[in-house]
Amino acid sequence: MIEIDFYTVFWREMVVFRRTFVKFFASRLVSPLLYLVAFGWGLGRGIQMNGGNYLEFVVPGIIALSAMNTSFNAVGVSLNMSRLYHKTLEEYLIAPISAGAFVLGKVLAGTVRGLVASLIILVLAFVFGAHLAINGWFFLVVILTCFLFAALGVVAAMTINSHEDMANFATFVILPMSFLCGTFFSPDRLPGAIAYIIEVLPLTHASHALRALARGDGLLPVSLAVLAGYAAVLFVAGVMVVKRVR
Amino acid sequence: MIELRQLTKHYGNIIAVAGLDLHIEKGEIFALLGPNGAGKTTTIRMLTMLTKPTGGTALINGYDVMRDLDRVKKEIGVVPQHMNLDQELTARENLELHGRLHRIPASRRQERIEELLDYVELRERAGDLVNKFSGGMKRRLMIARALMHNPKVLFLDEPTVGLDPQTRRKIWDLIRRMNSEGMTVLLTTHYIEEAEVLCHRVGIMDKGRLIALGTPRELKQKVGEVVVESFGGKDTGYKLFPSRDRALAYAGQLDGNVLIREANLEDVFVELTGRKVGD
Ligand SMILES: Nc1ncnc2c1ncn2[C@@H]1O[C@H](COP(=O)(O)OP(=O)(O)O)[C@@H](O)[C@H]1O
Ligand SMILES: [Mg+2]
Repeated sequence: MIEIDFYTVFWREMVVFRRTFVKFFASRLVSPLLYLVAFGWGLGRGIQMNGGNYLEFVVPGIIALSAMNTSFNAVGVSLNMSRLYHKTLEEYLIAPISAGAFVLGKVLAGTVRGLVASLIILVLAFVFGAHLAINGWFFLVVILTCFLFAALGVVAAMTINSHEDMANFATFVILPMSFLCGTFFSPDRLPGAIAYIIEVLPLTHASHALRALARGDGLLPVSLAVLAGYAAVLFVAGVMVVKRVR
Repeated sequence: MIELRQLTKHYGNIIAVAGLDLHIEKGEIFALLGPNGAGKTTTIRMLTMLTKPTGGTALINGYDVMRDLDRVKKEIGVVPQHMNLDQELTARENLELHGRLHRIPASRRQERIEELLDYVELRERAGDLVNKFSGGMKRRLMIARALMHNPKVLFLDEPTVGLDPQTRRKIWDLIRRMNSEGMTVLLTTHYIEEAEVLCHRVGIMDKGRLIALGTPRELKQKVGEVVVESFGGKDTGYKLFPSRDRALAYAGQLDGNVLIREANLEDVFVELTGRKVGD
């Protein structure tokens, strides 16, 4: 019955998503627009990156970081609030549904939001005149990125015991990744040890894979495998922390 | 039917519930009465599987709350102490979510939603977001939500706290009506009159223990059915007597103002603990 149960959780998220779509859309427009103006037009005009213009270099990075931020926040913040403050999580805990179904529903809903945010940026990028090669692999990488950070959102929301610490987690983990993981520049310019750490982080693989695909260089199988690995591990971790919440 | 055997909950050094033994019959309205911190909510949370007991067992209609989780979940409806409706959904969507979570088929679900909206008199507001509701409306919606899947046992944790007297009466009527349709009800309260007018039996809790158990009548008989209040000096004096004659005889010896009245559960509580509810 997991197939129906996860859909119930997902259904609730989509009811709310539809209702708040305009607000979501507007808010998801602002930061990528600023990034594109600042790094694409302002700073980036005339800069050449690996033979292409900077706008085309930076758009896959912005998509990766927006996918991460949107999915993580959509699940993490609301689930943390629901557990600690609104107590709406209890409604799911006293219902006869499994932890797996609950996490899957939440993570898929976070993935949808991340995907929509990424699409918004893609459209903006075309408006700004970027030439990107988009194919099915590109969307698969975006979806995996959204999925794994939504799952990270579940893990964080279920283990962090205050709203402030949730914000701290975003500041100390998510924010550094936004800037360092190959989003705005290649991490191989960083000093050795740091570059090594960066290379292990999932967002780095998301940016690299998306950039290679957008440039027409094809799929990076190692990055895809790393993203899939993170997604699987974080999903299982999410199910485990929901199971032991009582 | 609810059966507790030595149900215990420790939070670190705090003993929230200290070995509760209790048997509640099918079709009973039972109240756990006690001051704040007595362990009422913790007891309910253990029975509704939101907290794991430290020790002991609890059975609901024969199913163990530690082991037969899914069976227990079908048997029980829960109205928690705090407002935990989904504020981002409308009243109808809250019911719909609950119905879906309990896998009620779509057509039956719609029927049940309409039925319950009438039952708790929220039909006109069914399409409004819950965050626009008053306290009483929210509480009624929480009751409707708990009833969606036709549970046989209903838990209500302080169902009328913070409500005006009129709304409180409405909730009492609702509880009586559900009970007359066969539902077993376990509620907690620190309002004496609520336990008195609503419940078949009352358990008085204090510091995690059950210190008295019986019908309101029995409990009053146990400590004395007639109270003499005397207002001499600085403190009001209370004394309980088994009969009116004895009370009158005692009152005759007192100077100052004297009030003779029937005992209530508050007197029982004070007599048993030496404190007032709420202290
Ligand atoms: N999650 C918790 N962590 C630590 N102590 C708790 C927790 N929940 C309740 N307690 C303690 O357990 C005792 C009983 O609380 P509770 O069951 O809420 O009482 P009541 O509902 O009768 O007011 C109190 O001393 C309270 O502080
Ligand atoms: Mg309480």
